[in-house]
Amino acid sequence: MFHIYCPYCEEYREEEEFHPRGQAHLQRPADPENCSDEQWGDYLFFRDNPRGIHHELWVHSVGCRKFFNITRHTANYEILETYKMGERPSITAETLAADERQSGVQTASGGWQTVGARPEDEALNTEARA
Amino acid sequence: MTQIHRSSRGGRIDRSRELSFTFNGKRYTGYAGDTLASALLANGVDIVNRSFKYSRPRGIVAAGPEEPNAVVQLGASEAAQVPNVRATQQALYEGLVARSTNGWPNVQRDMMGMIGKLGGSFMPPGFYYKTFMAPASMWMTYEKYIRKSAGLGRSPLESDPDIYDHLNQHCDVLVIGGGAAGLAAARIAADSGARVMLCDEQEELGGSLLDSREALDGLPAPEWVSQVVTELSARENVELLPRTTANGYHDHNFVTLHERRTEHLWDTAPAVNRRPQARSRLHRVRARHVILATGTHERPLVYGNNDVPGNMVAGAVSTYIRRFGVVPGHKLVLSVSNDYAYRTALDWHESGREVVAIVDARATSRGELAEQARALGIRIINQSAVIEAKGSDRVTAARIARIDLDAFCVLGHEKTLSCDTIASSGGYSPVIHLSSHTGTRPVWRDDVLGFVPGDVKGMTSVGGVHGVFALKAVLEHAAEGARRALDAIGFESDSSAPKLPDVAERREEPACALFQVPHVKSAMRAPKQFVDLQNDVTAAGIELATREGFESIEHVKRYTALGFGTDQGKLGNINGMAVAARCLKRSIPEVGTTVFRPNYTPVTFGAIVGRHCRDLFDPERYTALHAWHVEHGAEFEDVGQWKRPWYFPRTVNGKKETMHEAVSRESLAVREKVGILDASTLGKIDIQGPDAREFLGRVYTNKWAKLAPGRVRYGLMCKDDGMLMDDGTTSCLAENHFLMTTTTGGAAGVMEWLELWHQTEWPELEVYFTSVTDHWATMTVTGPEARKLMSEVTDIDLSPDQFKFMDWREGNVAGIPARVFRISFTGELAYEINVQANYAMPVWKTLFEKGEKYGLTPYGTETMHVLRAEKGLIIAGQDTDGSVTPEDLGMQWAVGYDKPFAWIGKRALTRPDTARTDRKQFVGLKPRDPEVVLEEGAQIVFDPEQSIPMTMVGHVTSSYYSPNLGHGFALAVIKGGRDRLGQTVYLPMKDGVVHEAEIVSPVFIDPKGERQNV
Repeated sequence: MFHIYCPYCEEYREEEEFHPRGQAHLQRPADPENCSDEQWGDYLFFRDNPRGIHHELWVHSVGCRKFFNITRHTANYEILETYKMGERPSITAETLAADERQSGVQTASGGWQTVGARPEDEALNTEARA
Repeated sequence: MTQIHRSSRGGRIDRSRELSFTFNGKRYTGYAGDTLASALLANGVDIVNRSFKYSRPRGIVAAGPEEPNAVVQLGASEAAQVPNVRATQQALYEGLVARSTNGWPNVQRDMMGMIGKLGGSFMPPGFYYKTFMAPASMWMTYEKYIRKSAGLGRSPLESDPDIYDHLNQHCDVLVIGGGAAGLAAARIAADSGARVMLCDEQEELGGSLLDSREALDGLPAPEWVSQVVTELSARENVELLPRTTANGYHDHNFVTLHERRTEHLWDTAPAVNRRPQARSRLHRVRARHVILATGTHERPLVYGNNDVPGNMVAGAVSTYIRRFGVVPGHKLVLSVSNDYAYRTALDWHESGREVVAIVDARATSRGELAEQARALGIRIINQSAVIEAKGSDRVTAARIARIDLDAFCVLGHEKTLSCDTIASSGGYSPVIHLSSHTGTRPVWRDDVLGFVPGDVKGMTSVGGVHGVFALKAVLEHAAEGARRALDAIGFESDSSAPKLPDVAERREEPACALFQVPHVKSAMRAPKQFVDLQNDVTAAGIELATREGFESIEHVKRYTALGFGTDQGKLGNINGMAVAARCLKRSIPEVGTTVFRPNYTPVTFGAIVGRHCRDLFDPERYTALHAWHVEHGAEFEDVGQWKRPWYFPRTVNGKKETMHEAVSRESLAVREKVGILDASTLGKIDIQGPDAREFLGRVYTNKWAKLAPGRVRYGLMCKDDGMLMDDGTTSCLAENHFLMTTTTGGAAGVMEWLELWHQTEWPELEVYFTSVTDHWATMTVTGPEARKLMSEVTDIDLSPDQFKFMDWREGNVAGIPARVFRISFTGELAYEINVQANYAMPVWKTLFEKGEKYGLTPYGTETMHVLRAEKGLIIAGQDTDGSVTPEDLGMQWAVGYDKPFAWIGKRALTRPDTARTDRKQFVGLKPRDPEVVLEEGAQIVFDPEQSIPMTMVGHVTSSYYSPNLGHGFALAVIKGGRDRLGQTVYLPMKDGVVHEAEIVSPVFIDPKGERQNV
């Protein structure tokens, strides 16, 4: 069960108080009447499903009822940041990768099995990461 | 029966308190402080179960949660039955009743044993997949047979009399495991002032120190433990939880602890001062830091017939001797790969019984314990191992031989040593289960010959679980780990006073990697070498699986059932991986690791459920008029969490009306006189702000710009995909003030929907939403006589030209301030009276006083459904399912195509798919046979003669019998239905009957809407 910091209440609360609402930062086309069916379909139906950093919209449904964003790692469920509506995340997949390269840390191995991976798979993994 | 294996002194039992108990119908005695397992061993009970697949006799092999065989069914009475209890973890109490979970008719003489012996070779791994594949229809038969012969206990047939608690806890440091490492770490954490919780699954704290030969600060280990426990329990910032198993390690340091509070006393929780007490507590702990000090499980060696009773794990033998004063045999052969296991021979020897030999797989053994054994004259045979046990119901001898570890073969020098107990030790597996729950992959360490926990944020593993085994090193490692943990959460540890006890350093020689012992025959031909005793998985079975192409341990596991069941591979996993690795010519980490999942040991349903059962299972919501409904004999229907009156059956001539009779009477009353409905459960949202009107225009499909105060409008709400989501009326209370109603079930969802769009898409609009569902009670007075009745109770001008259909007025009803809405969900003249909920009852009662002469009849949701369906009024969520647009419903009149803003759902209505003309459209159905009431959900076809599978063109969404029409009728969605009015469709039913129905308009009564407009 997640422990979530509500940026409005400024407190950590249990996941039971919250409700996830899917991918964050979805842009509703500014002029729906004049966008193509494809653009509208993308907005309506298509979502990212990354292994790694994911920005998500959550609502503190039985708390302050405010919507806010969570930056979460989908492989280890770590919540890296929560921020208010209208704000931009300070941690993204790009900044994280850059930080890790700088500090010499191996970039998040994603979901690949590192223990017990066979050598040929390991090569594949490296390729997939690169 | 006497306790033949009980030594005359020693152990942590109370010999002055004799306890009697029953196992498989036979009475035995033990002592206070015993576990069920130690008491059974003391009484010389060799066979405690029959094995899962081969039905071989099995005895106790371990002393803790890793015990795979002694799994019993506990409980004296039916209601108190608990399956899957490990005898090694069950404290003995007076009158305990336990049975073996396997073995029929009994464990001594087992019918299945015969089949197992004959059929064993016919039950290879993957047996179920291979044998029971076809025909699929036979699976039910196979399953019954398999379950009968293979169960692990049964659930009680009576209701559980006990109560269980949940506790939400927060702490700075949660120490899991109360052995040497855990106690040392807890002490340091306690000194820092941090709030510390320490839990341990055993009956008392101390872990392996309780059976250790070592001294701390010159004290025997158990005495040091009691000193530390006394010290810790005096601290206010420390909570000690013995008998408490950490079963699950979830996200963000959320750990579930299962505390057994009364299970050592009786099979149900005894009352205290005549009040019931909770049998167990589930602590839901959010820890800032977790110190994992779960220690190790000793690995047995894998050799031929290693399942015959009398084969035990070496450390367990020491535990039984030192903690319980039980020596589980007379003549011991000890087979080891490491130094520490030599202690078992010393313990056995000191109990005055014979150690036949120590068989050590290493070429030399010069460690301290080995020298001690040698000095006692115990025979040590190097470079050898037990390759096979002899005996059937109990070990009679050990066959030993010289082995070559690298070549994995027997070198000869075979001997058979007469004995009744074979203890083995293949090393120590860190108990990494909890860290695995987090999803972290464990890391193999060659020096440890085991997996240690991978990195988990907010967790530090110390001592045995981290592969540190020697006591002195364990204490130092725990202290260092505790300091690091405290540092991480901002507590200062007092580094100047290291409170570590003095412990002598012991000289040890490294262990060798021995898992499966080679036999003179190949694994396939040798006597069965069991890897997983609980699931009867053998080395040969794993070998076969690898030969059949299973390369990943995850696949091998599923194919062979290795590590399944309540055992979860506590003893067998590493050995199984070692066998697979050898066969695949890879290293153990290369074949992978299996992932352990919660729970670590089985947890009873009661503990998981806590108080959330029976009346407290789910909240029930009552309207302000609930007591009246109950008093008047209403039958209730669940709508969400609400209890709504379904219908009000009357008793006529001593006979209670059926639902059909009650609904007929109620609906005729509404159509002919006047009825009343408690509609308080409708969702109500108060909307205010200068941009409230603009906001409504964006979330509703229709227009709101010109709705004047005093007026009401029906609105449709779509999602952005153009599909109907909810509907309801919204009233303009003032220029910037509106009251929205929603469906009963949709209230919370609509509220969140409005907030979502306001907060994320249009924050620039100034508008505020407040849920007022519970603040207002709603009473619908409807029927031709409604105006007459209303005129007797209200000061509002009811004249038809002053208070029109779709108007609302403020005034007094029965002397109570009220809002009255002229809206209709029945098609009749209707007034919806809203008063503050706590004033509802007097208003309701006044209406009945005045209404008697008009024949005022209370009606429930069933009549409401019939009446609205007769008018073709939809219920969102019943007649729609998330794939229906306003146009599909024929409600173009409620769609503002020319509104300036691209309101939610508008764009999607022009997508090619939503603009199709052959979409399923909302229509009415009139069955040819007037007595037929179609089944809701029934599929519709155009041609009943077509072959199966037929082309389905729609389905029935609502269907009732109408007393007003005198026949059954239905609402449905049918492909291109609106252009097919008058045509006949068919509804083939499961029983072969095909109903015929005519497509008609969905409005069955008063198509022009004259009755509601009077």
